Amino acid sequence: MESRTVQFRIYRYDPDKDAKPWMQDISLELEETDHKLLDAIVKLKAKDDGIAFRRSCREGVCGSDAMNINGKNGLACLTDIESLKQPIVLRPLPGLPVIRDLIVDMTQFFAQYHSIKPYLVNYDPLPERERLQSPEDRDELDGLYECILCACCSTACPSFWWNPDKFVGPAGLLAAYRFLADTRDQATSERLDNLDDPYRLFRCHSIMNCVDACPKGLNPTKAIGKIKDMMMRRAV
Amino acid sequence: MRTTTGAHYGLRDWIFQRITAVVMAVYTIVVAVGLFFGIHDTSERWHAFFAFGPVKFLTFLFALCLCYHAWIGIRDIWMDYVKPVWVRLTLHSLTLLALLGYAGWCLEILWRL
Repeated sequence: MESRTVQFRIYRYDPDKDAKPWMQDISLELEETDHKLLDAIVKLKAKDDGIAFRRSCREGVCGSDAMNINGKNGLACLTDIESLKQPIVLRPLPGLPVIRDLIVDMTQFFAQYHSIKPYLVNYDPLPERERLQSPEDRDELDGLYECILCACCSTACPSFWWNPDKFVGPAGLLAAYRFLADTRDQATSERLDNLDDPYRLFRCHSIMNCVDACPKGLNPTKAIGKIKDMMMRRAV
Repeated sequence: MRTTTGAHYGLRDWIFQRITAVVMAVYTIVVAVGLFFGIHDTSERWHAFFAFGPVKFLTFLFALCLCYHAWIGIRDIWMDYVKPVWVRLTLHSLTLLALLGYAGWCLEILWRL
């Protein structure tokens, strides 16, 4: 593959300077070695250092560079440039307040995550080494613990757009089920009580935007279904 | 202002929305089978079908299920899009009253058969 020119259309908004957001058209020469969208954005930043975005690990582990790419949420570092239609339209994650350009304020997202108590609650005396699980019990956590909290799922969810202060959102609910499913956790009842609310859990109508958006291939809708199932088993 | 959540309901509505959906699906099949066998051919056959005890029972159950199902669905729409509490409460009340009225009206029609 030779060097090629790629067209971009980027959401720009600097609240100190701009009265309202605007879209910047910009083209960029990419080298043969530039494969991922993040490579291109780093080069864009070299061309126009006013562009603001978050990035860190550049390999799909930290979740910093989540953004809306051609209308779909994803991680820039995991997205192949070649898979994208041009001009590549980059916007911040939808539904969260924009701090500047592609950077959003994640406060609401993390407030919901913290609200489900994302840590193991166990009232037994501390063991000498570690709390053991059987391999079968440990398998229950697969597909749950891998979440990197990039917010691609929650910001793709209309229920989270309308009620970000009340609906926990797919990322928070996936994390909630991660601890509900953990055999070492002893706060199952409290956790279910905490979610038994028409907003916190039941705003989810299983439209599966979260599954479509998750760059790690996780399934929050399935986890939410399992929470509802646990709640039903407790009630009937 | 503090955000208040923790109403401790939601599960019941979620379960009933599914149960009512099943009842409505079963009723739809019953009526579809009836139509297949020509209950709509004459006014007498149409009347006889809906005056038949089990169908009458099922029709009333269907109407109740439809109202309950619609209540949860419409309430969800108000909860999503209408933020001021008093406006929402008014819309909730009006929806509930309208659905109760429809259920009563349906009962009255079935009673006459």
